[in-house]
Amino acid sequence: MSTLPVPMEYYLGLASILFVLGVLGVMLARNAIVILMGVELMLNAANLALILFARVHGDLGGQMMVFFVLVVAAAEAAVGLSLLVAIYRRKGSVDVDRLNILKG
Amino acid sequence: MMDQFIFWVAAIVAVIAAFRVVFLRNAIVSVLHLIVTLICLAVIFLQLSAEFLAALQVIVYGGAIMVLFLFIVMMLNLRKDEFGPDQLPGVRFLGALAAGALLGELFIVFAGDGSAAVRVPDTFGGVKDIGHALFGAYLFPFELTSILLLAAVIAAVVLAKRPPATETAADSAGETA
Repeated sequence: MSTLPVPMEYYLGLASILFVLGVLGVMLARNAIVILMGVELMLNAANLALILFARVHGDLGGQMMVFFVLVVAAAEAAVGLSLLVAIYRRKGSVDVDRLNILKG
Repeated sequence: MMDQFIFWVAAIVAVIAAFRVVFLRNAIVSVLHLIVTLICLAVIFLQLSAEFLAALQVIVYGGAIMVLFLFIVMMLNLRKDEFGPDQLPGVRFLGALAAGALLGELFIVFAGDGSAAVRVPDTFGGVKDIGHALFGAYLFPFELTSILLLAAVIAAVVLAKRPPATETAADSAGETA
């Protein structure tokens, strides 16, 4: 394959939209699980951009970066979700608005 | 022509599903929509000749990580009123404003960056290429990921372990055990 099916900007636009949706999830959601899913959306938007640039420049480095992002995302999901379980045991809720014991 | 059609279908489904991930009130349905988004992205990865990563996306992301999310959602047994966007109207407005500004900035940055794709061999992004890169130039970071995953496993086990009855018991449990 020598050409992309659609211009490169379309892929970047899709990545931007998905990233902003992830940001919205992190900023607006009260449920910590939805916040973690927003982080996953942002990671995937970045992955799409990395794979696009790897393809456009013919350099495998971008794809290797995506591979390592996958590993980090798996670790992040495991640690983040077990933190949620620990928080739920203590507070009976994962509503981030109620986690205010650090408030000065 | 067919390629364009596949791109548009995958992109539109991915964006709609991502919207629903953020704005639905039911966590299980949110997780399932996130899986739809991830699989649509895997289709787009295939178009960008990243076959191995598309397979990894379906297996690791759509399979393993999202199943983990589903298990946690089912374990926590959350009430309905904890879902959905923030209740404070100011926060919602400012959040939407900031997100819109970010989207505009990203579009401005990316507009006009229309470099033509170079010609790549058919094997680009296949298992052989990835394997050569992974165990050649990227061998050291690859080995480091094993340490990261080990740390994550230990952290998950320690954090999710059921604590002893009281706090002070938790502190002294390490000495007596």
